[in-house]
Amino acid sequence: MNAPLGYLGSEPAQRLIPAAPIVRLEKVSKTFPGRDGQPVTALREINLSVPQGSILGVIGRSGAGKSTLIRLVNGLEKPSSGKVIVDGADIAALPEAALRHARRSIGMIFQHFNLLSSRTAADNIALPLEVAGYDKAEIRTRVEELLALVGLSDKRNRYPSELSGGQKQRVGIARALATKPKVLLSDEATSALDPETTRSILDLLTKINAELGLTILLITHEMAVIRNIAREVAVIEGGHIVEQGDVFEIFTRPQHEVTRSFLADESGRALPPYVANHLRAEASPGSQAVIRIGFRGPHATDPVLARLAREHGIEANILSGAVDEIAGRPFGTLVVGVPERSLAAALDFLNKPGLDTEVLGHVA
Amino acid sequence: MSPEMIRLIAHSTGETLYMVAVSALIATLFGLPLGVFLATSGKGELFAAPWVNRVVGVIVNATRSTPFIILVVAIIPFTRLIAGTSIGTNAAIVPLTIAATPFIARLIEGAIREVDQGLIEAARAFGASPFQIVRKVLIPEALPGIVLGLTLAVVSLLGFSAMVGAVGGGGLGDLGIRYGYQRFMPEMMLAVVVVLIVLVQAVQSIGDRLARRLNKRIRHA
Repeated sequence: MNAPLGYLGSEPAQRLIPAAPIVRLEKVSKTFPGRDGQPVTALREINLSVPQGSILGVIGRSGAGKSTLIRLVNGLEKPSSGKVIVDGADIAALPEAALRHARRSIGMIFQHFNLLSSRTAADNIALPLEVAGYDKAEIRTRVEELLALVGLSDKRNRYPSELSGGQKQRVGIARALATKPKVLLSDEATSALDPETTRSILDLLTKINAELGLTILLITHEMAVIRNIAREVAVIEGGHIVEQGDVFEIFTRPQHEVTRSFLADESGRALPPYVANHLRAEASPGSQAVIRIGFRGPHATDPVLARLAREHGIEANILSGAVDEIAGRPFGTLVVGVPERSLAAALDFLNKPGLDTEVLGHVA
Repeated sequence: MSPEMIRLIAHSTGETLYMVAVSALIATLFGLPLGVFLATSGKGELFAAPWVNRVVGVIVNATRSTPFIILVVAIIPFTRLIAGTSIGTNAAIVPLTIAATPFIARLIEGAIREVDQGLIEAARAFGASPFQIVRKVLIPEALPGIVLGLTLAVVSLLGFSAMVGAVGGGGLGDLGIRYGYQRFMPEMMLAVVVVLIVLVQAVQSIGDRLARRLNKRIRHA
């Protein structure tokens, strides 16, 4: 937000050096045997690359196939066809013992934390290290480091039942990082948390990504998660990836219905009910045209409406709006009403780079 | 109550405790792996072997549906093979163990099935082997339930042990039948029942307390 405007207009620096993908899904399909004998297809021909060091978010409604997708990456599910390559290894083709070894370099965190209730915070974090055969002294030092990293040093001897949701997820994150993985998989890690706690967990993940260079692949149904931490996004629906790319690009210029529906949940995008209920496709005498204007990048803070009034004498009536930040770049949405006779002139004025206009309809 | 009676009761209590303790211990030794197997060998589970699971399940059910007193008599040749005799306290341990093992296996299976599937998934995700999952996740997490199950098994064994008088196993039940019933000594019968009540109460409250202490799922004040 406070970055110079020049930066905001250009591509983020990391995009200039295409990092090699650390996770790569190639034409991956997955079918499950259905209840009535009919196979159910969870994923169809998925292609997805997660560049090293990036944060990629997969967003989808429940049942879209995102849980299956993330479980393919650490081999909890096997693809029916296609390849899953993580750090050069074909996960689906690995024998069981090699797969277990490979999983040490793929951490995972869960919506319901999945901590052992019988172990303290420290002992939960120690578990993957015990399993990997570290000796006691190594485990102790590593656990202390991890507790400090997630800010829970003072809670080391607490049982999960004595911790809050956010603290439990911090333990989950520390446990996932114990064996120094290269990739972290996040399965709806903040979906059971309140917005404030979600924010602090996302901040922690961002910090881990920046400081440890850890690649993060996360799945979520929450737009806020993608907006706050992801740099790249894939939108999944009905087992297909329907849209994929830079978060800011995708969410400021959504192409697919599902992407739009996620944005509609966001403030400023949705029409207020008093407008939505009176919206007609045709103009009528005395009606106003309703236009949605998306402001992207540096234009998000331009006084466009003031200029419309001053330079063209068109008074736009603001119906709803918000200025937001997506992937660290400002993005504004305004829904305005303009008199029918000024519509053409207004659209003409608004037709400039950085602005996306869409006529939604007419209200009397 | 005469000193002789007290001596008899004390002696029988000792026999009962001995039979129950030894059979509970051996039955747990067999029942634990059996229970773990039953809980983890279904379709799509850690040690998936659905057919073996089904066969073991049938055997377990068959043993459990055999009335104990019939079991005691039916396996006399086997008892003789194991204990060297078919009469006496040591011989009684054999049918007690055989009756308790499938019971304990089912209780342990139940306790392990209560463990959140998410924990198994998490453990698989950080690279634990199936055996590590059993040892480090399933058993520790199921421990409060296992302890409660074993408590129930011990209480049942106290009841079963009353029937082994039929093969000269001795113990409190035998004392109650022989003196209280056959020799018309209601005070002896009453005394036996009281001792059994006290034993059951003691076992149950020790088990409850232990299970509560092991259970970290609930916040303790």
